[in-house]
Amino acid sequence: MEFRRPKTLKNVLTHYCPGCGHGIVHRLVAEVIDELGIRERTIGTAPVGCAVFLYDYMNCDIIECAHGRPPAVATGIKRVLPDRIVFTYQGDGDLAAIGMAETIHAANRGENITVIFVNNAIYGMTGGQMAPTTLMGQWSTTSPAGRGQLGEGGPIKVCEMLSALDGPCYLERVAVSTPKDVLRTQKAIRKAFEKQIDGKGFSLVEVLSMCPTDWKLSPKEAVEFVNEKMKAVFPLGVFKDR
Amino acid sequence: MSEKILLKGNELLVEAAIEADCRFYAGYPITPQNEVPERMSWRMPQVGGVFIQAESEIAAINMLFGASAAGARCMTSSSSPGISLKQEGISYIAAAELPCVIVNMQRGGPGLGNIRASQGDYFQSVKGGGHGDYRLIVLTPATLQELYDLTLNAFDYADFYRNPVMILGDGILGQMAEPAEAHPYRPLFNLPPKDYILDGCRGRAPRVIRTLFLRPSDSLVQHNLRLQKKYARMQREISLYEEFETADAEVVVTAYGIPGRVAKGAVKRARREGLKAGLIRPLCVWPFPIEPYKRAVKKAKSFLVVEMSQGQFIEDVKLALECRRPVAFLGKGGGWYPSEEEILEQIRHLAAACLKGLKTQRKA
Repeated sequence: MEFRRPKTLKNVLTHYCPGCGHGIVHRLVAEVIDELGIRERTIGTAPVGCAVFLYDYMNCDIIECAHGRPPAVATGIKRVLPDRIVFTYQGDGDLAAIGMAETIHAANRGENITVIFVNNAIYGMTGGQMAPTTLMGQWSTTSPAGRGQLGEGGPIKVCEMLSALDGPCYLERVAVSTPKDVLRTQKAIRKAFEKQIDGKGFSLVEVLSMCPTDWKLSPKEAVEFVNEKMKAVFPLGVFKDR
Repeated sequence: MSEKILLKGNELLVEAAIEADCRFYAGYPITPQNEVPERMSWRMPQVGGVFIQAESEIAAINMLFGASAAGARCMTSSSSPGISLKQEGISYIAAAELPCVIVNMQRGGPGLGNIRASQGDYFQSVKGGGHGDYRLIVLTPATLQELYDLTLNAFDYADFYRNPVMILGDGILGQMAEPAEAHPYRPLFNLPPKDYILDGCRGRAPRVIRTLFLRPSDSLVQHNLRLQKKYARMQREISLYEEFETADAEVVVTAYGIPGRVAKGAVKRARREGLKAGLIRPLCVWPFPIEPYKRAVKKAKSFLVVEMSQGQFIEDVKLALECRRPVAFLGKGGGWYPSEEEILEQIRHLAAACLKGLKTQRKA
């Protein structure tokens, strides 16, 4: 077996920090797009956050959206070009805080798009502020005493919440913190895109990912944080598949 | 073949948009423009277009961002508080240089205001509204015929300049009915090919639509210079207005939209009284039509600005006049409009002042 760079991934270095999960998720999305042979009919949306430079790395059409609005932008594209493949790539702040309304309503409409949701429980690009998915007690620059001390409420469980709606056809939570998890993630992403190709409706893959820089952990400790702390709060699994 | 139709402004707007090949509409209910999404919801499916009732005005404008990026002629509509919510998206669309049409059937403000007609969003429409150095083309119809014609043109302006266009109406324009000729759509320009759209990179390099410019460090400076060049070109090329009895006018009334229509009635009555009154009525307030004011200033002794707001439009009139003549003001906020009688009274007052000034001059 030959290890090759997917055609959908540009041959450039990323700006991501050592130990960050975005590079892995980018590669998995690119591999799936290659495997499905859809690169030339795929349009991606970039979020605001660490993945804003998605267009520097993905070798397909990309539109960069306002913070939280990718599901609305993707809706516009997909409704105009229903035979194209449209995906959003979003972080936790983008998808579950400022863009929660767009997320829920695109899901509820059963909009035939694929959402790749990278949950690393922190605002990365802005330097480590509390995210809607930050764990209880977790330190961040805006929850210095640990989340839960200032009435912040608890972490939002996106897959569980969306599974209450009739619109989504596929919801799965995966991780990229172990080799086995990475393989599982690739399968989930592939399935999410296949659902769209089959016209089934809204599909979302939530990927638990590492942010060692803003968690103030080493890359190794960050992997352990996902495996021990995050998976306990955000159980992996399929929440909807129809 | 054009046919005469009788519809409410909001409904006529829908017919004009569809005639102009608009095939994507997203909106959110708000009075006094609800007839727009209501009519769109059954008309769009009839013509193979897309109608979406969005979860918010924010979502609606971002759906346009996507639809326009995908190459569709697209429109959204709302009224003042809803237009405030759209400002973020408008800034992004302007920055990304994507065409779209945004309709504001203004109501009273600030805040939730009321549901009567108003022009309180003038500054928001022509001076910014969203963040950053950007401009919208802002069209200001006063009759349903103008609403129909300018809506056809709005999509062409948007495509030609690759810029969002706003139709700045008000609750009266949206709610009133009067006959209008439904002309068939003919493009205003030889429109450029849409070589920027995202439809998948088959047979070409991938395209990116973005508004973030970090590298190299002066890339945003360059982007802004490019935008400013385009805006300067629009200012050279777009100037829409009606001049009425201005050739010898000593008192020139100026107003846009519905008050422009009321003012015209007042000017007609003033003329019947033998007063040398005239009217300048912009049909587009950005770019602002400066020429008629420059011409009028040669004869006019004074100007009267009429608006359904508390002193917004007047600033651009003063700039156009370079403050070379006194400018009187008759404005009403809170969803009320100046009556023909009130405007006529002001014209009489200003004409009398002109006469008095003339006598003083003669004595000297």
